[in-house]
Amino acid sequence: MPMRATWKGVLQLGKQKLPVKLYTAVHDTAVHFHLLHKKDGTRVEQRLVSSGSGEPIESSAIQKGFAIEPGTFVILKANELKALEPESSREIELVKVVPSHALPPAWFERPYWLGPDGDATAYIALARALSSQERQAIVTWSMRGRSYTGALRARGDRLLLIALRDREEVIEAPKMTSKSRAPDAKELALAEQLVAALEVDGEPDLTQFHSDYRERVHELVEQKARGHKLRLVKPRTRKPTEGSLEKALRASLGAQANGHRHAAKRGGRTRKEQKSA
Amino acid sequence: MPNTTSHPSKTSRKPKRRKSETEERTGLHPQWSGSLSFGLVSIPVQLYSATRNARVGLRMLAPDGSPVVRRYYCPEHEKQVDQDELTRGYEFKPGKYVEVSDEELAALEPEKSRDIDLRLFVPADSIDPVHFERMYFLTPSGDTSKAYHLLVNVMERTKRAGIATFVMHDREYLVAIFSQHGLLCAEVLRFSTELRAESELELKASKPDPKLVKQFETLLGKHAHDKFDPDSIHNQRNEAMRELAAKKARTGKDVIETSVNLADGEEAGEAETVDLMKLLKQSLR
Repeated sequence: MPMRATWKGVLQLGKQKLPVKLYTAVHDTAVHFHLLHKKDGTRVEQRLVSSGSGEPIESSAIQKGFAIEPGTFVILKANELKALEPESSREIELVKVVPSHALPPAWFERPYWLGPDGDATAYIALARALSSQERQAIVTWSMRGRSYTGALRARGDRLLLIALRDREEVIEAPKMTSKSRAPDAKELALAEQLVAALEVDGEPDLTQFHSDYRERVHELVEQKARGHKLRLVKPRTRKPTEGSLEKALRASLGAQANGHRHAAKRGGRTRKEQKSA
Repeated sequence: MPNTTSHPSKTSRKPKRRKSETEERTGLHPQWSGSLSFGLVSIPVQLYSATRNARVGLRMLAPDGSPVVRRYYCPEHEKQVDQDELTRGYEFKPGKYVEVSDEELAALEPEKSRDIDLRLFVPADSIDPVHFERMYFLTPSGDTSKAYHLLVNVMERTKRAGIATFVMHDREYLVAIFSQHGLLCAEVLRFSTELRAESELELKASKPDPKLVKQFETLLGKHAHDKFDPDSIHNQRNEAMRELAAKKARTGKDVIETSVNLADGEEAGEAETVDLMKLLKQSLR
C-alpha cells in the first residue's frame, strides 16, 4: 500500500528548491491495554476534573495557565497563544551541515521519510551528496502550529528527516570522572576479551531482533478468555556478582567459548569465525 | 498515546522492593529496576528517564482557577475511581475485555522481565538514528558499583554499545547500552518492524545527474561545521509564552494564585531534574 503524505513542503537549499512530501516512518505495533475498574471490569473513562472542587469540567470551560511560580499561573487566552504560533510556511530551511555522527542519540525523537513531490532528479542528487560526504543537514520547519528542528539524512537514494528534541526536553547528564576508581587492569583486559567475543563489526542488523510479545499477549488473553487456568512462571532476579569479578569474567569467557562451538554447529557465525574463515 | 497504558509511567506499576538510599533521599522513582548482565557478571541497576516533557509550563485550569487534573470514571458505578481500584484489560473482541495482571505479563518472558542481557556488542556509532526513540540513565543500585564502573570503562575504551531486549511495564524494549561521560545510558531502539521500510517510499528510477550531485556537494561543503550544539534548538513557543506570561504578571493581569496541593508526580519539572542530578552523582560515587 502506498504511503500517504502527512505534509508537503519545499526544501530550500541555496538556489535550489526541492518540493517534498513528508511521510511518517513509524507505525505503532505496541500492544495496547485499557484501564478497567477492578470491581466490575468496566472500562473506565478519563475525565477532566477541577482539583479544587473535584467536579468534572467541560473542555470548553478550560483555560490555559502558564506557571510562573508554584501555585501561581498567568492565564494565556486562546488568541494570545495562537499569536505565538510560528507563521505557517511550507519552507524547510537549512541551518547547517554537520558530520552524520555529530548528534548524541538522546536528541533524536521521530523519523519521517521525505519523498520527492514531482521530479526526483534533484532529490536523488541531494541524497547522494549527503551520503558521499557522510553528513547530515540540520533544518528547521513549521508544521501545524509548531516549529521543528530536524536532521536530514540520506539512506540510499532516499531522504530521512528526523525531528529533534529541543534543549528543554533533553536532560544533560553530569560528567562523571571515575579516575579514582580505575578498574583493575586484569579485569579490564578480560572484560575487553568478552566484548570482543560478543561483537560484530559494521552496522548491526537490527532486523534479527523482533518482539513476539504481542503474539504472546494474544495467546495469554485467548487462553484466559476460554477460561483456562494459567501456570505462572515467576521471573527470577539475577543475583549481583559477588566476590571476584575476575573469576566471573574468566568463567564467562569459558562459557562463551563453549557456546561458540554450539553456535557454529547451528550455523551461527561470529566475528572471530568470520575472520578466521 | 492517550488513554492506554502502553507507555511506561510512574503510576502503572509500583516497584515492590526496598528503596535505595539515594532514592529515599531524593524521592525520585526509577522507571525500572533489574539487572544488567554481561556474560556471568550481573549488575543491579535502575533506569531513570533522560528526557522530559517540555510542555509542562502550560496547565489546564478550571474556571475557578484551580488546576484541572485527569481522573478515572467508571460509567457503570457512576463514580470516580482511584488508581489502585484499576486493573489492566485487553480488548480481545470489540467491547470484551480480559484482565491481565502484572504477574501474568512478567511470566510471558520471565527471563527478560528482570534482566537486560548484553549478548551482542556493536560499534557505538553504527546504529542508524532512525531507530532512536528515547533515552534512560542507568544507575548502579547494589552494594558495590565496581562491576558497573568496569563496564563503563570497557565500553568507553572499545567504543562499543551492547544490544539487548528486555521487558519494562507492559512492553518489550530493544535497547542499546552505551557509556557517556562515565555513566551508562540506555537508548530505546525502535524494532525494525515499527519502521516503514524505505521500499514503501516509491521512487521512480531516475538517472542521477553527476553535475547536480557535485553542485549539492559544494553547497553542503559551504555550510559544513564539525559540530552541532543541540543547545541551540530553542523551543521558541515556550520562550515566547514565558515572556508573555512575565509581561502579564508585571501588570497583574490574569494572574491566578491557587493553594491547591497537587498529588505527587503532577507537579514535575525543574526540581525533579535537580534531584536526578543529585541522585546520579551519589549513586556513582
